[in-house]
Amino acid sequence: MLEQLDLTQLIFGRLSWDAIPLHDPVIVATFVVVAIGGAALLGALTYYRVWGYLWKEWFTSIDHKKIGIMYMVLGLVMLLRGFADAIMMRIQQAWAFGDATGYLPPDHYDQIFTAHGVIMIFFVAMPLITGIMNYIIPLQIGARDVAFPFLNNFSFWMTASGAALVMASLFIGEFAKTGWLAYPPLSGIMESPGVGVDYYLWALQIAGVGTLLSGINLLVTIVKMRAPGMNLMKMPVFTWTSLCTNVLIVAAFPVLTAVLGMLLLDRYLGTAFFTNDLGGNVMMYINLIWIWGHPEVYILILPAFGIFSEVVSTYSGKRLFGYASMVYATVVITVLSYMVWLHHFFTMGSGASVNSFFGITTMIISIPTGAKIFNWLFTMYRGRIRFEVPMLWTIGFIITFVIGGMTGVLLAVPPADFVLHNSLFLVAHFHNVIIGGVLFGLFAGITYWYPKAFGYKLDPFWGKMSFWFWTIGFYFAFMPLYVLGLMGVTRRMSQFEEDAAMQFWFQVAAFGAFLIALGILFFIVQLVVSHRRRDQLRDTTGDPWDGRTLEWATSSPPPQYNFAFTPRVHDLDAWWQMKQHKYRRPEQGFKAIHMPKNTAAGIILAGISTVLGFALVWHMWLLAGVSFAALLAVAIGHTFNYDRDYHIPAEEVERVEAERTRMLASHV
Amino acid sequence: MSDHHDAAHDDVLPDAPHSTFKGYMTGFVLAVVLTVIPFWVVMADVFESTGVTALVILSLAAVQIVVHMIYFLHMNFRSQGGWNMLALIFTAVIVFITLAGSLWVMYHLNVNMMPGMMQDPWG
Repeated sequence: MLEQLDLTQLIFGRLSWDAIPLHDPVIVATFVVVAIGGAALLGALTYYRVWGYLWKEWFTSIDHKKIGIMYMVLGLVMLLRGFADAIMMRIQQAWAFGDATGYLPPDHYDQIFTAHGVIMIFFVAMPLITGIMNYIIPLQIGARDVAFPFLNNFSFWMTASGAALVMASLFIGEFAKTGWLAYPPLSGIMESPGVGVDYYLWALQIAGVGTLLSGINLLVTIVKMRAPGMNLMKMPVFTWTSLCTNVLIVAAFPVLTAVLGMLLLDRYLGTAFFTNDLGGNVMMYINLIWIWGHPEVYILILPAFGIFSEVVSTYSGKRLFGYASMVYATVVITVLSYMVWLHHFFTMGSGASVNSFFGITTMIISIPTGAKIFNWLFTMYRGRIRFEVPMLWTIGFIITFVIGGMTGVLLAVPPADFVLHNSLFLVAHFHNVIIGGVLFGLFAGITYWYPKAFGYKLDPFWGKMSFWFWTIGFYFAFMPLYVLGLMGVTRRMSQFEEDAAMQFWFQVAAFGAFLIALGILFFIVQLVVSHRRRDQLRDTTGDPWDGRTLEWATSSPPPQYNFAFTPRVHDLDAWWQMKQHKYRRPEQGFKAIHMPKNTAAGIILAGISTVLGFALVWHMWLLAGVSFAALLAVAIGHTFNYDRDYHIPAEEVERVEAERTRMLASHV
Repeated sequence: MSDHHDAAHDDVLPDAPHSTFKGYMTGFVLAVVLTVIPFWVVMADVFESTGVTALVILSLAAVQIVVHMIYFLHMNFRSQGGWNMLALIFTAVIVFITLAGSLWVMYHLNVNMMPGMMQDPWG
């Protein structure tokens, strides 16, 4: 009997039927919708027999362009999930006043705000940023792929694996109820004995492997694989900001891994790094996680700055104003971003000297950022501006981000922070900079580079609709939060006393969230409409916006090998300069091109990692042991795979290039 | 046509590190020695004060890092066109900021927030 019990425990760990949240109608309804939708999707994929295609051409692909697109798909799908969480919170808070308790029990509400934060940062912003960098960097520097193509595929699948664990927590067990950074002692085993925090920790550890490896990969790519002639001060600004972002990733993410690792040890092995007794110190967790957390903010925003720089100079028809100052500003931000972390916990009690130091460094960081804003404005000044959709996002960004930046400087003043800390004012501030900065940047980037990736432009009408609903929705959703924060409302509350004045602002914010929902909907409509109208929107030239950098020198979409001949760079705006000098594409003399071969090792390793993570969350020690052994075996096995590369024959290159020549001729 | 340069993926860099058996053995022996000493210092209670023990271990750890960088990571001022040294300097700056900042911050937090727990760290 006892043996029987142990065996069940060994196999299933803590998992039992109780873990399925049947008691919560909201989750059950979600599950039904997801199950039906998922079954329909899988059924359609099977019906149209695209599994083989997906596996061969996408899942196992190590082409940086396809991996970039897969990152974007992951990010956009997770955006829907993260936004669903957001709108649920807005409805709850607009509703639950006085006797009305809303529709979300506190237990569920706490999971939602945690999941919203975790998903939006780690599984929306990060994949979208990484996706764009993955797609664009090799093209901008004239390379054929990234430095480590297999690692790139593996990184993507590890990120997807983390996302899968977070999604699994919705229906099997629970997610953390601790807020997105899981401060102990609340996240310790005493206060959170359930699986929620374990899901959080393992999901982030697995995804963290992917992020770190992709950071190293892109860093090496930029340092080592630039086209001849492209020295550092001839690098496009987007590549520069990406370089700095990847430096930040490589330097900062190990800190996150270490601090989450220590929390894992506390929870699994009973160590006392972050406990209140036995010599532990919870404040150390908060200190360490923000040493990662603040650079993370710049990891997200720097590539967005790069995108805006490209967009502004392209649509103004001018060279970027103050290129050198832009580069120096980026580098200064990179270093300064390591010296401000304490402003996230001014109120923890470090005293006047420490708080003033970090308050001042925080204010200093707004100087290089401000310089960038002026550079963009001066680039537009006397330019011949085309108000295409990416330019609209950029202008929306400049206005919105300046407001967010100013409230940020306000929060950098320690005495003000003592009043505003943990209030909705803070929530409004960071949404103001992340939506107004990162997200607007991503939408600008997606619209700007979409024709490069798919060969047709996005429909401008629906793009403008999406832009206006997002922007106006943003102001309706978050300006009331500033007001509420000043009224003293703290964050993460699910219910309020009767207060009509307060409820009004929450209702305005909920209205704003619905406008944003339309903004998202119209973005999807834009994708669909553009696909249907792709023949009218076709880009035959490869250079639909009269661009300035090398990615516009090749066809849209680029051939698998990006460039038949590695371009030579003589100027900052390499492609612009080539156009000025009446550059003629070489039409013969092609050589065979050496390319890396697809491999399934990445998706298999990440799949096993997902199982391992799930097993560890539920204490299924047998499964954990088996999957860990399998992980090692596959990883070692992969090192014996010598069949890693092949040559695209010269005739094939010639055929593709001749096709492009015909395409170009048909245009004129 | 001649100014088009077809760069292959797997160019072996001319300045890639050349490792020798002797170099690895030197590094290995040094690493072992530098690991054994701290063990011995702790196990044999060599110093009266734990503070001195901690200082000795930390300084040997710092030497250990340098040994690894020279013998295993083949770092010098020239390798990879100076990029290695640049990366090292950046890393050193970040590690310094992280360690010094954390000590400073945590010291103040301890003094201000945990008066009962505060002890002489070298006591």
